[in-house]
Amino acid sequence: MKNKEPLELYIHIPFCKRKCNYCDFLSFSGKEYCVWNYLDALIRDLTRYGGQTVSSVYIGGGTPSCVPLGFYDKLFSCIRENYFLLPDAEITLEANPGTLTAAKAVEYKRAGINRLSLGLQSAVDSELQTLGRIHTFEDFLKSYEIARKAGITNINVDLMMGIPGQTEESLKTSLSRIALLHPEHISAYMLIVEEGTPFADMYKQDPKAFPDEETVSRMYETTIAFLEKKGYSQYEISNFARNGMVCKHNVGYWKRVPYLGIGLGAASLIDETRYRVTTDLLSYMKELSFESEEKLTIKDMKNETIMLGLRLKEGISYTELKDAFGEGFAGYTVARLGKYVEKGYMEHDYDRFFFNVKGFLVSNSILSELME
Amino acid sequence: MALTDQSKIRNFCIIAHIDHGKSTLADRIIEKTGLLTSREMQEQVLDNMDLERERGITIKAQTVRTIYKAKDGQEYIFNLIDTPGHVDFNYEVSRSLAACEGAVLVVDAAQGIEAQTLANCYMAIDHDLEIMPVINKIDLPSAEPERVIAEIEDVIGIEAQDAPRISAKLGLNIEDVLEGIVAKIPAPKGDREKPLQALIFDSVYDPYKGVIIFVRVKEGCITKDTRIRMMATGCEEDIVEIGTFGPGKFIPCDELPAGTVGYITASLKNVKDTRVGDTVTDARRPAAEPLPGYKKVNPMVYCGMYPADGAKYPDLRDALEKLQLNDASLQYEPETSIALGFGFRCGFLGLLHLEIIEERLEREYNLDLVTTAPSVIYKIYKTDGTCEDISNPANMPDPTEIAHMEEPFVSAEIMVTTEFVGPIMKLCQERRGVYLGMEYMEQTRALLKYELPLNEIIYDFFDALKSRSKGYASFDYDLKGYVPSRLVKLDILINHEEVDALSFIVHEDSAYERGRRICERMKDEIPRHLFEIPIQAAIGNKIIARETVKAMRKDVLAKCYGGDITRKKKLLEKQKEGKKRMRQIGNVEIPQAAFMSVLKLDEE
Repeated sequence: MKNKEPLELYIHIPFCKRKCNYCDFLSFSGKEYCVWNYLDALIRDLTRYGGQTVSSVYIGGGTPSCVPLGFYDKLFSCIRENYFLLPDAEITLEANPGTLTAAKAVEYKRAGINRLSLGLQSAVDSELQTLGRIHTFEDFLKSYEIARKAGITNINVDLMMGIPGQTEESLKTSLSRIALLHPEHISAYMLIVEEGTPFADMYKQDPKAFPDEETVSRMYETTIAFLEKKGYSQYEISNFARNGMVCKHNVGYWKRVPYLGIGLGAASLIDETRYRVTTDLLSYMKELSFESEEKLTIKDMKNETIMLGLRLKEGISYTELKDAFGEGFAGYTVARLGKYVEKGYMEHDYDRFFFNVKGFLVSNSILSELME
Repeated sequence: MALTDQSKIRNFCIIAHIDHGKSTLADRIIEKTGLLTSREMQEQVLDNMDLERERGITIKAQTVRTIYKAKDGQEYIFNLIDTPGHVDFNYEVSRSLAACEGAVLVVDAAQGIEAQTLANCYMAIDHDLEIMPVINKIDLPSAEPERVIAEIEDVIGIEAQDAPRISAKLGLNIEDVLEGIVAKIPAPKGDREKPLQALIFDSVYDPYKGVIIFVRVKEGCITKDTRIRMMATGCEEDIVEIGTFGPGKFIPCDELPAGTVGYITASLKNVKDTRVGDTVTDARRPAAEPLPGYKKVNPMVYCGMYPADGAKYPDLRDALEKLQLNDASLQYEPETSIALGFGFRCGFLGLLHLEIIEERLEREYNLDLVTTAPSVIYKIYKTDGTCEDISNPANMPDPTEIAHMEEPFVSAEIMVTTEFVGPIMKLCQERRGVYLGMEYMEQTRALLKYELPLNEIIYDFFDALKSRSKGYASFDYDLKGYVPSRLVKLDILINHEEVDALSFIVHEDSAYERGRRICERMKDEIPRHLFEIPIQAAIGNKIIARETVKAMRKDVLAKCYGGDITRKKKLLEKQKEGKKRMRQIGNVEIPQAAFMSVLKLDEE
């Protein structure tokens, strides 16, 4: 898993204080006792794949901010020893209000972390409670201040649409409260009820507890319009940024830049092969093994280029498709995209095709039709 | 052992209502007569199709010859001719009965007489068979053998006091049945010197032997040198092999004299040449008359069968061809549908027959099928004085050309415990039944007589009957004839396009209700599209019902980062595959299941 070009580095921290009601990510609470063993495993793997140039680092979870002081000092000295970090590298850490302390923020800054992603989800406490979050909006404000004071100049705030009990009004409240803080970046996600989560049971018992499809669709439209007005441009289905402060690391995923994933269950894309590390914590800490390894075919690459590229507001272009897959495929695809322009789901600017809001809302249906 | 001593032969069948234990008793008889050890017995030897065993009913008549050493020290040949167990196969039953001298009537000691017990019993009496009642399932806690015996004497009017009380399941008192067969069922008559008359009561196709015909020799004698002639079809052939039926296998022999039951193979390639009920005679010395009772069986129910994958059309044709070899009552001819492509219009004896063929095609031939709503044959009298038989709604002429139409009616007998008489009468009324009368069989049970339009019972009448009587009603019917009727063709329009595969012919009074239900059903079955889809039911240009599949508003994956890509890609590819399997009507994709959903409309 060595790459000559610069790659993106993802590190997974699977620990949480408490698992949220909607969460189906690879994370668990009550295993904090093995945090340090886990760090050893991360260092083991980072060392193994060292020697590469890294353009961005993203530490995701779980709750990366819940691990004790000293964790990231160690982690980053290992990264810096083994990798060449580009000078302008974007280094993000996901932090949850309620677990972030001033001391930790200082450590992050010292380690070189220059972007924090704060999982707020809602600025209404009752909604936070429904979600099973451990913090209040007040807690979030404190965390936000701590981050700023520590000198973090690039902050993302996560927001959720479709929470049980949420209304268009309460969503606007959340949006206004967040906008007042002027974070550089906002991610606004429509809730997905995932199988096996407490929300899935809740949905089975009482689907009416959740805002219906029509309401969530309007929430989405409202959010886009509201954020545009406040100076946040949408650059992906769920992502908005001020002054071009997009998340470079995530944009890399959508543009199919190679990435190296370190840690439990982490995925990598190296040499058009997708790997996934085992999801068994004990076995992972013992030795590195992979749950899957899939060499992508040309068809896979085409499908990924379309499905990922069209997540971006800028969409995909004839020229890009032609350079990657040749004139035939580019022409064929563009002709099909043209139909969605006619039907009002897409727009185009010269040879570039992209979804409008209506199209984003039904993008799965359209993307599935576009699959090879 | 010689075949010639008529006095030592017993040809008999077992008749029973479904589930009263016919096949189990047949197994026991075969077991006790000693040709098979218990270990060799596969459960229910006679029902040899997987499907038959699963459904617990007999579809094809099966025959077996066993030898029984009776208490009088003599050995007797038992030819047990098993009969199909469903009203759809009535004619086959009647031919099987004609091959016997007696019938063992199995009655469940708990349930007593049911509609089919009666129907089969009357049929056996019509064929002058000696009826030997047997009370089965005496091991059940709810068994009341004395009550059931009294019932048999009252209702059927035959002596039943000394009927063996048995449990076929436990093998209890089976000896009594065997001795009863020897004592009560007459030996066959018939003169081996007379010109040959042999009744065909079944035929099967064997890939190695070709067509195998099952016969009961009534007069004369078949030898290997006989040149046979089918009296109805006129087909003539030289015999390749003759023989008798061992359990699960054929045993060749040299001659089949009058009174015996056996099989003939000749170089026959087509089962159609050997119609059940036809008489086999000697071409060199033909009989003057065929045996009575032959009739050509005609399908009563038709439907379109289409391969889910259009490329499988040749496979479907081959499969139907093969099935027809074993089942002369199955008919098919090619047809095309705008919605479903190339397929076949198939004719069946009844809905069960249809379901069985459908299941066999899917299981034995691995085909994925889409079937259209079943239809009966309507007679359409046109203004120009001609009459047309229509089984496919798509062929219905323009209403202006129709003078009047007729639909087939059946006489139905429904036996039900008195507490359910009300719900069952209501059901029959809903299905346009004409009430003929009711007889009390005893205090708690009644026999309802109705005339019902066939097209009302081919959908889900059995299911409705079962659910509304908690399973206590039983049902039997006979085609009565054609009756003038106000019928209309109901079309279903999806996104303003008529879907030919969903059209059907229905009585004017049921049209609105049926149309409304189909629209509701289709609404549930058709997935949301990017646009709104109106679903309409129409008679001619008049829309009588409408539903709408709302446009898809939201179908989006909010999060898709490095770890989600593989899963997400597979999801989209699967979604695409799912769409491929749907039928495209205009720009609407309709799942296969939607075409089937119109068949089941009785859910309240």
